[in-house]
Amino acid sequence: MDLLEYQGKQLFARHGIPVPTGKPADTVEQAVAAAEEIGYPCVVKAQVLIGGRGKAGGIKLAKDRAEAEAAAQAILGMDIRGFTVHEVWIEAASDIALEYYASIVFDRAAKAPLVLLSTKGGMDIEAVAEEDPTAIARLHVDPLLGFQDFHGRRLAFEAGVDADVVRPVGALLAKLYAAFVAEEAMLVEVNPLIVTADRDVRALDAKVTLDGNSLYRHPENAALRNPSQEDAQEQMAHERGLTYVKLDGDIGILGNGAGLVMSTLDVVAQAGGAPANFLDAGGGAKADAIVSAVEVILSDPKVKAVLFNIFGGITRCDEVAKGLIEAFDLVKPTVPFVVRLDGTNDVAGRALLAEAALPNVHTEATMLGAAQKVVELAAAQGAPA
Amino acid sequence: MSVLVGTDTRLVVTGLTGREGTFHALNNRTYGTQVVAGVTPGKGGQDVEGIPVFDTVHDAVAQAGANTAMIFVPPRFAADSILEAEDAGIELIVAITEGIPAHDELRVYTQLKRNPNVRLVGPNCPGILSPGKANVGIIPASFFKAGNVGVVSRSGTLTYQIGNELAQRGFGNSSIVGIGGDPVPGSSFIDVIALFEDDPETEIIVMSGEIGGSAEEEAADYIAEHVTKPVVGYIAGFTAPPGKTMGHAGAIVSGTQGTAEAKARALEAKGVRVGRTPTETAAIAAELLSA
Repeated sequence: MDLLEYQGKQLFARHGIPVPTGKPADTVEQAVAAAEEIGYPCVVKAQVLIGGRGKAGGIKLAKDRAEAEAAAQAILGMDIRGFTVHEVWIEAASDIALEYYASIVFDRAAKAPLVLLSTKGGMDIEAVAEEDPTAIARLHVDPLLGFQDFHGRRLAFEAGVDADVVRPVGALLAKLYAAFVAEEAMLVEVNPLIVTADRDVRALDAKVTLDGNSLYRHPENAALRNPSQEDAQEQMAHERGLTYVKLDGDIGILGNGAGLVMSTLDVVAQAGGAPANFLDAGGGAKADAIVSAVEVILSDPKVKAVLFNIFGGITRCDEVAKGLIEAFDLVKPTVPFVVRLDGTNDVAGRALLAEAALPNVHTEATMLGAAQKVVELAAAQGAPA
Repeated sequence: MSVLVGTDTRLVVTGLTGREGTFHALNNRTYGTQVVAGVTPGKGGQDVEGIPVFDTVHDAVAQAGANTAMIFVPPRFAADSILEAEDAGIELIVAITEGIPAHDELRVYTQLKRNPNVRLVGPNCPGILSPGKANVGIIPASFFKAGNVGVVSRSGTLTYQIGNELAQRGFGNSSIVGIGGDPVPGSSFIDVIALFEDDPETEIIVMSGEIGGSAEEEAADYIAEHVTKPVVGYIAGFTAPPGKTMGHAGAIVSGTQGTAEAKARALEAKGVRVGRTPTETAAIAAELLSA
């Protein structure tokens, strides 16, 4: 789960990490009121999860009320590389002397948190890493020992931060680590981490990714919303507890097990089709879950044909067949379905489908055959009306 | 021979008294696995269809001689259950539970790494099947027979798909090991491939990977240096968009990291043939076995 900049900054603030004073707003009136409260100069920043906000005109400096109003007017509702701006963050402008970079990554390969610090902040860190790998100080932390003060000093000296800010930068890293652990983050990134003209150290940006599996013990984080990122189908699937990812194509996909569904998308693409979604019905899906899943898939108007690819382990093929029959009764789909059932109770499942003789439902014996058939049927539907 | 589980396996199931725990433990016993104990705190002294239930894993080890634990408790209790099994001296821990917080997995991994006498497989995995000998987990055993193909996979259902395609071509398996789809798997491809390399019954190894992380790339290097048996690869997720978690918590392309393309290329660069579909993967394995 990715947080917006201001959500990340509010999370940082809870852990004592210095951030500029600011307020979120989703209307021009709110934005102006926030600017008046914070004072001028202030910065109006678009809240979307995409880089290059500044270049797209999504970050504007305001020296007075009129400029704040104009900035909010321009930015709210703006489209930044496909993301509509629904919220802005107004914060006090900072007097920047130096731009550093700091982050903590959940390093899957090393199986330990990795802390990064560089004096080359304010730019793409991957580009820095490529140009001059020595410009980034790195340190893995033993998760059972935690971040020690000397870790902060080592990183600060190795990165070559100005001598007078070694201590505050180290202290900020310690707090960042505490936040990373306490909030169960997969990533916390501060770019830039600034030193002001008054030699204060502050997080001027915040990029935070949280572990979705841990949200049950962080109700405050679980409640955070990001309207610009939510797609109608994804929201519907989320509410129904389904694992669904929206894609660009026109072939609806349902399978059981993440690996098999990913593989199904690939095989459909190889057969010349374009998958409309990833949907994992999960292990042991019952008929009602299948009905629910069909409703989500068909709520995408682009879908021209649907493929069910099931290899039953815990999932029973007869339950899937029952669910499909029920879904046809309730939803009355107008697009063709291709169904491949293998594994637990496959014979019973196929018999149920044969008996129901659903309109425009084709059964196929193999995954490859099913993928080819659904691509053919989708193509035969022609362009959407 | 086979790897990890077999006729010597003496299984304790944590979460035995839960609905899923009971169902799969009994399935495993019906298959022939020695299921010697269950653990549910507070239910010690009861039994599930003749399988004695203990309050702690320590009791299950001391009184029932358990050497392998299957973790079937909900995510919020799973890390604790794994650590308890390690503390009790269990040698092999198979964690089926899906949805364990990543930071819990990190602590568990770090702790278990310090103990050379314990191995964790999973979490978020279908378990391990050694056809004809033992089944620990949720793999539908009836689709597989004994043979000489070792399979290691991050995905359960995809393993069934590939295994079934091999079975249709007349080939069986030494063992099928699901290492799971989470960001911090207890055992890696390398750990399991090393076991297959040493297993006299395994003649060929099939590894099924997916997007996210770099375990497949690391396995490619290992195979080139240490593995004499032929390895066939498969990677799922060529069409996965970046930044989206594809069902498995660990299946995510981060920027340009962890793509299926990069993984397939890394394996092929080290001489591992990679099938573009499960069907093609099984066909390559069959071709190598028939050669």
